[in-house]
Amino acid sequence: MQEQVQSIEETEGLSQTEQYLTFQMIDKSYGLEILNIKEIIEYAEVTEVPMTPDFILGVINLRGRVVPVIDLGLLFAGQPVILTRRTSIIILEVKNSDLQLEIGIAVDVVNEVIDINDNDIEPSPSLGDKINTAFISGMAKVDKEFLILLNVEKVMSVDEFTIISSIQA
Amino acid sequence: MTDEGLQVFSDEAEDLLLVAEKALLGLDDLSNKEETAEGVNDLFRTFHTIKGAAGLFALNSVVEFTHVVESVLGDIREGTLPLDKDLVSLFLLSRDHLEVLVDSALNGVVEISGAIKTTDDALIERLNYYLGLNSVLDKSTTPTIENAEQSDNDGVENQNWHISLRYGIHALSNGMDPISFISYLNKIGEIKSIIIMGDAIPVWSEFEAENCYLGFEIALYAPNSNKAEIEDVFEFVQDDCKIRILPPHSYIESYIQLIEQLPEKDLRLGDILLACGALTKLEIDGVLNIQDVMIDDVTVSGEDIAKSRLGDIAVEQKVVDQTIIDAAINKQTTNKLNRNNEQQTIRVNAGKLENLVNLVGELVIGTANAEISAIRLADPKMNEAMENLLRLVEEVRDTALGLRMMPIGETFSRFNRVVREVSRDLGKEIDLCITGEDTELDKTLIEKIGDPLMHLVRNAIDHGIELPEERIALGKPAKGVVNLDAFHESGSIVIRIKDDGRGLQKEKLLSKALQNGLIQEGQQLTDQEIYQLIFTAGFSTADQVSNLSGRGVGMDVVRTNIESLRGTIEITSEQGIGSSITIRLPLTLAIIDGFQIRVGDGKYIVPLDIIEECLELDKSLDGESKGANYLNLRGEILPFMYLSDLFGEKRNVSEGHRDDIIVVKCGGKKAGFVVDELLGEHQTVIKPLGEIFKNLKGISGATILGSGEVAMVIDTPAMINLVINAGNDQSVTSKL
Repeated sequence: MQEQVQSIEETEGLSQTEQYLTFQMIDKSYGLEILNIKEIIEYAEVTEVPMTPDFILGVINLRGRVVPVIDLGLLFAGQPVILTRRTSIIILEVKNSDLQLEIGIAVDVVNEVIDINDNDIEPSPSLGDKINTAFISGMAKVDKEFLILLNVEKVMSVDEFTIISSIQA
Repeated sequence: MTDEGLQVFSDEAEDLLLVAEKALLGLDDLSNKEETAEGVNDLFRTFHTIKGAAGLFALNSVVEFTHVVESVLGDIREGTLPLDKDLVSLFLLSRDHLEVLVDSALNGVVEISGAIKTTDDALIERLNYYLGLNSVLDKSTTPTIENAEQSDNDGVENQNWHISLRYGIHALSNGMDPISFISYLNKIGEIKSIIIMGDAIPVWSEFEAENCYLGFEIALYAPNSNKAEIEDVFEFVQDDCKIRILPPHSYIESYIQLIEQLPEKDLRLGDILLACGALTKLEIDGVLNIQDVMIDDVTVSGEDIAKSRLGDIAVEQKVVDQTIIDAAINKQTTNKLNRNNEQQTIRVNAGKLENLVNLVGELVIGTANAEISAIRLADPKMNEAMENLLRLVEEVRDTALGLRMMPIGETFSRFNRVVREVSRDLGKEIDLCITGEDTELDKTLIEKIGDPLMHLVRNAIDHGIELPEERIALGKPAKGVVNLDAFHESGSIVIRIKDDGRGLQKEKLLSKALQNGLIQEGQQLTDQEIYQLIFTAGFSTADQVSNLSGRGVGMDVVRTNIESLRGTIEITSEQGIGSSITIRLPLTLAIIDGFQIRVGDGKYIVPLDIIEECLELDKSLDGESKGANYLNLRGEILPFMYLSDLFGEKRNVSEGHRDDIIVVKCGGKKAGFVVDELLGEHQTVIKPLGEIFKNLKGISGATILGSGEVAMVIDTPAMINLVINAGNDQSVTSKL
């Protein structure tokens, strides 16, 4: 997160744009840098893994690979995603200490890919919201609405998860 | 030479150093003359081969050092220097140093320096001391078979070795550099003259630039070498080259044979031998005369007889003793056999093998999928074909997995050295007894099991076995025994380290645990629980920290390592008699025969090998309603658990529903799992569940079923423990 803040400071004045995928969870809009997104698939049958915390929905068969899927709604706001026709799973690919990891996140609705200028991104305020701010890299103002930008590495940080799962399991 | 060549050298050197170590450790019993002689021969050969190979790559530091070692070994082989324990230790040190040298040489270090140089000098000095002892005696009196051909009386005057070299036509395209072999000859002697034989060069229209047409006739002055040494120079090209080596002062008949065998015209060869200084003019004339007689023979009796005669004549003329011929022939055959054995293994890139195993895994999943469709089609022909296919796939699977299997022997034999050294340091007398070294297990397992085993063996030596005086006082033999054993048992591999030492002291463990706050005063622990304490991080009962053990780090690492391999570890011990540590590991990490079950909506796989039986849960036997999680299985107490409770699923209580119980046994523990449905066997390709599940107990992985669904693979040892603990502690059950 600090890096991102730094890079924002460094590039001040220069207008650099990055592409973000926007999606919705429980009436809030979020953005994810597309660099880490591998693919988006329709929500398919997720096999539950017993004895795991609720925010881990389970695993799916992604062309022969077993990929865990987590519920961002539960993790961030304590509310599970509502399964509809538009529920999707975003497959993220994260490098974590030399390990190539794939993790799916279930979200309510996937919207579009938009360009966001660095200048439009503000560091995350301390939100009064019920959202875990540790996972947020900043806020972007798009069409007069605020978009919560997620820090992929932080969100998918394996350490964080293992800590959580060891506490809850 | 090429990097590839260097890689081959590096691999070979590694193997050879292992062989050398083995041979050295085999030299323990010096009173056995025959074995010792053999061991020394082995050593000599290995060091020599390393030297030869290193010379090819101009790794001078290696060559120079090995040469000294080899000289000392040569003296021992000739019997001019007696072999004693000190020398064996010196050779062990030299072997280690050589390993370092080879490593540094391969890393491009041309001149050794620093610590390596110091060791180098020190070792060479010590080795030279032995050589110096011996310098009075003449080294070249080796009565080897090759040199027996030599004779001062009847041989030709030539004091040089004569080497006749015809490289195979593909020598160049096989990556050999003919010149490097010849220049290496300068390391063992001095090339007096060399004549290039260009007779095989075809007419230019047929000339292929990539073929090697040249032959060489070489006169080598090397009074201190024997034939084997010279032969070894050409070891790499032996297979497709024609090499003939004649010792100095050979019989003239040997030259006749040589001339006969060479493809060039006899007269011309005569000239060349003359030019080479191999033979004098007079001798040449003699040779050609004898040959004329031979040719007459050929015309009279046909070629076959002539050939057999050639040998006969030689014997009749007492040129070569019949026994020597026999010995030579025998030796050749054994050499050939050895070489054939070597060729039976192929080095394969580990990545390729991994890829193959992965593909086979996909193949297994694919066929499972096809099988489901075939069953749905209900076409008899299709089913039959499917059956065949399944059988084949199963075989392919087993073979592919077998490729990764290696005997554990090599890992075990490493400990000979450890035991030897550590026991010497500690002043203990210990025999290492190895059994089951042929037991095969997955290569990745072998690699990962080495360190934990090392810890355990060291522990057994350090903590287990007592000092000789103590042992005698206890009425035990002075020499302690550490047993290393490996065998297969119901789908897992068992490795057992046993010692006949003092055993684990329960009181000491308990008091230490109390002191460390690991257990509370008055807490009741089973023996097994007490023993497991030694695996706790930072736990050590050693009063003094030695350089071997006592820091309390080792055992903790051992447990973590073994658990990461899905293995279990178990200790039995009897105070004063000894302890034994049993490690159980799954046979392979990739594919298992599984048994599919259903619990709630989820499908699960239990490894088939550990299932003892499946039976219907008789509600009348179900003691659970009375608050106990045990049932009576033919007079045996069996702890069991509803997996649906554990997994947070609802129990199926509908009328007419039959609860099945599978009885599993692992590491001597038995438990029952109550499941909703038994689905039958399933070939299971285990896929890792990913990092976020790494703290999940009871599930070891996932697999993909033929239908594309994902099923969890149950980690049975962990699950059995869960069940047994739940049985012991009712509160856990209610919590779950």
